[in-house]
Amino acid sequence: MRHLRTVLLTVLVLALVCHVWGCGSDGDSSEAAGDGWPANTAEAIANYSVIVEASYADSHATAVTLNNALKALVATPSQDTLDTARQAWYDSREPYLETEVYRFYEGPIDNEADGPEGLINAWPMDEHTVDYVEGDAAAGIINGTDTLDANAIEAANGVDGEADVKTGYHAIEFLLWGQDQSDDGPGSRSFTDYVVSDNGPSGCYSGPPNHTCSCGGAEADCASPGMWTDTCACPANADRRGTYLTIVGDLLVSHLETVHAAWAAGGTNYRADFEVDAQVAFEKILTGMIVLAGFETGGERLQAARDSGLQEDEHSCFSDNTHRDMVQDVQGIHNVWNGTYERVDGTVVSGVGIKDVVTAKDADLAARVDAKINEALANAQALVKPFDQEIAPGNAEGNARVDALIDSLTNKTTGLEAVLFEVFDAFGLSITIPE
Amino acid sequence: MHLDFRSPSLSDIRSDMLRTYKSLILAAAVTLCCGGCSFSGKGKVEVPKGAWLPGGETTNTRLLGSNAFLRPAPNLSAEEDLAFYSGNAFFNQAWVEAPASTTARDGLGPLFNARSCSGCHFRDGKAEPPEDGKAPFSGLLLRLSVTGKDGPVPHPLYGGQLQDMSGSDVKVEALPSVTWKEIPGNYEDGTAYTLLQPEYKIESPAYGEFGEDLMISPRIAPHMIGLGLLEAIPVERLEELADESDANGDGISGKIQWHETSSGKLPGRFGWKADAVNIDEQVAAAFADDMGLTSALRPGDDCTETQAGCREAVNGGEPEVDAKVFDRVVTYSRTISVPVRRDADNETVLKGQVLFGDLGCGSCHVPSHTTGESKSAALEDQLIWPYTDLLLHDMGPGLADNRPFGLASPQEWKTPPLWGIGLMKAVTGHTRFLHDGRARNIEEAILWHGGEAEPVLNKFKKLAVEERTALLAFLEDL
Repeated sequence: MRHLRTVLLTVLVLALVCHVWGCGSDGDSSEAAGDGWPANTAEAIANYSVIVEASYADSHATAVTLNNALKALVATPSQDTLDTARQAWYDSREPYLETEVYRFYEGPIDNEADGPEGLINAWPMDEHTVDYVEGDAAAGIINGTDTLDANAIEAANGVDGEADVKTGYHAIEFLLWGQDQSDDGPGSRSFTDYVVSDNGPSGCYSGPPNHTCSCGGAEADCASPGMWTDTCACPANADRRGTYLTIVGDLLVSHLETVHAAWAAGGTNYRADFEVDAQVAFEKILTGMIVLAGFETGGERLQAARDSGLQEDEHSCFSDNTHRDMVQDVQGIHNVWNGTYERVDGTVVSGVGIKDVVTAKDADLAARVDAKINEALANAQALVKPFDQEIAPGNAEGNARVDALIDSLTNKTTGLEAVLFEVFDAFGLSITIPE
Repeated sequence: MHLDFRSPSLSDIRSDMLRTYKSLILAAAVTLCCGGCSFSGKGKVEVPKGAWLPGGETTNTRLLGSNAFLRPAPNLSAEEDLAFYSGNAFFNQAWVEAPASTTARDGLGPLFNARSCSGCHFRDGKAEPPEDGKAPFSGLLLRLSVTGKDGPVPHPLYGGQLQDMSGSDVKVEALPSVTWKEIPGNYEDGTAYTLLQPEYKIESPAYGEFGEDLMISPRIAPHMIGLGLLEAIPVERLEELADESDANGDGISGKIQWHETSSGKLPGRFGWKADAVNIDEQVAAAFADDMGLTSALRPGDDCTETQAGCREAVNGGEPEVDAKVFDRVVTYSRTISVPVRRDADNETVLKGQVLFGDLGCGSCHVPSHTTGESKSAALEDQLIWPYTDLLLHDMGPGLADNRPFGLASPQEWKTPPLWGIGLMKAVTGHTRFLHDGRARNIEEAILWHGGEAEPVLNKFKKLAVEERTALLAFLEDL
């Protein structure tokens, strides 16, 4: 009797398995099984490489501009040089974010062995390991005594897991803006953080006690007014802060240079290998689109932030630029899909897109993917800055805008991730379970 | 051999009795679900029904390369999906020392082994042990104990685990290191192999001498897939498989690691010695011991009476991991999906599948079970293929850690699940296996088997090279 019961239970399980995975002969599995690939596949792969190369070229060039602005800030700290550096950071984020769709398939940017993604863009920033934070004026490497050099800083980045972040865009962001402690604006680090206090005694000892001195044009206190040995109490360790900023700026440029070189045309490099097998390349391209749309953006970034509702869950939190992260990530997917990339200088690189390959295989499916990408992009563009207010509990309208974006990315049947999986299936890239 | 009537297991497939039983199920399945199903005739080796999908309906059929262990079970509710991604964020991101502006993520340490869960379980895979003489021990931790009145107790000065990292103003406990010694061996056909045996050293103790009676148990961080399914294997099923005194005389004496809990006697399922009865306990222990983070289940971390700095350090709230975050991380850990088989019907793989059964591997690495109740409805009533019995087995002196735990002798270890092992390279970039990561690949892991598994190992070593290749091909496909 017991045997009969367990047999029936097993049968039910099998019935469910069969039901879900389609043991019948009239499912779509027959279509997916090794049919020929559209003739334009190889062209689309080649055009993808062109777009990747162009977008890393832009990322690299804007990072060079950013790095020069960082050096100018350190050399001549002022509100002006700080503002210029901040704008250069925003400008460099734009093309870089569009390259995030080239992640997740062990390519040059994030392969397990030596991909620099974690050094360029890891989040969250472990800010207290780098510089002072509220409540701890002496925190971080900058306020310590260790020698600051590129190798040591690079080695210290991510020593235990993705999240011990000391380099890259978010480290530079922290060093330009400081912690975001306000509800309606970004962090408010002063350029005087970079002013080396060399106007010491003469700046302070010039009269009666309790007067003030100047740190690079901004008012500051004298450390011990009236004493011959007095110094102007400019922010501590400005020299080390400047050195650190310069080092992480140089590292960013060199990491992007490496990735760009891997995609340069005509080299003996990753790009050359990538283009050899169009089907494998196609699978990688789709993998990047799927993981970025679903798991990374829709899941880890948006759903987690929505679930917590906390200010700390916005990615570019110091600069309040998180809304652009969302827009540009989806824009990257849009670029790959359409085979088009608008360069920073306004020129357009375009050719056969993944869309064209899918259209050749299944025009209806391609149309649905197309519509979904446009919908997700519109939903991302509809987000209102700053993102931490969009996810704040009680902001019904903001929450709804975030939820709409999440739904367009991760809805299990109609979301971008789901329709891209349909493409995966249509090209036989999913594991097919034999009947 | 265990004759199992609840779900087909590989070692049983060749038995006539089971063949009859199987045909009955298949016939019924055909009638019930899918008229178009075809099954090949008798005598031919087949992929057991359901084995393509090791997690049943929870299986991840889209591998996406190195992302193979990152996906939620596809049949979760929308609410669970949200919790999954939220838990995933907390799993991946670093915890920081208190006080910090990121209040949801502070309270790390002051003594800890890692700043984030993913620091050890990279991409939800297994950790890799340190190279010769290298520290820190990221992903490999050392449990510590001394002999107590009724068995081993945590070390009085250092607690139950060596923490080799610390926050500001608190000294790290000590500096562990490992040296790998090469041990040569031969197959019956003369083919030579080399195994690596670790030797541990703990230097610069900061809180007093360890003493003569120190016992060390090295433990590597395992992969995270399918944990909720293992949690849902019915207790009765484990009791049925257990054979503590080897009553059936097959040389295999699986033993349940029973734990006395507030909800009665429960079998241990997680940890290399079946240390924890469910995922909540396992997560709470990892937070407390590995990261120095308190939770409702574990309100204290691993600071001892004599570690004043550790006790006095600022905490990140009481508890540091609040109920919501704890729930998210537990839900995440429960619902990470198991990847689909890739090549189950390949001829070599099928040959390996038969060898796996014939050699007797399946006596402990029991292929399949049917899940019962779970906190996640999506995981219930699934036919799963984890290749474990979750029982303790004597693995011989070669693998012994010389530290008993609960009902487990120093030589006894819980059978680890084999699902996903073939994807380890793609996910983590390495193929280190066993409780301390000493095996450099699956083959070496087999060669380390001793104790109850020694007769099986001896049969393996007698195999021809093509047969060994076939067995490995099967394991690589899991």
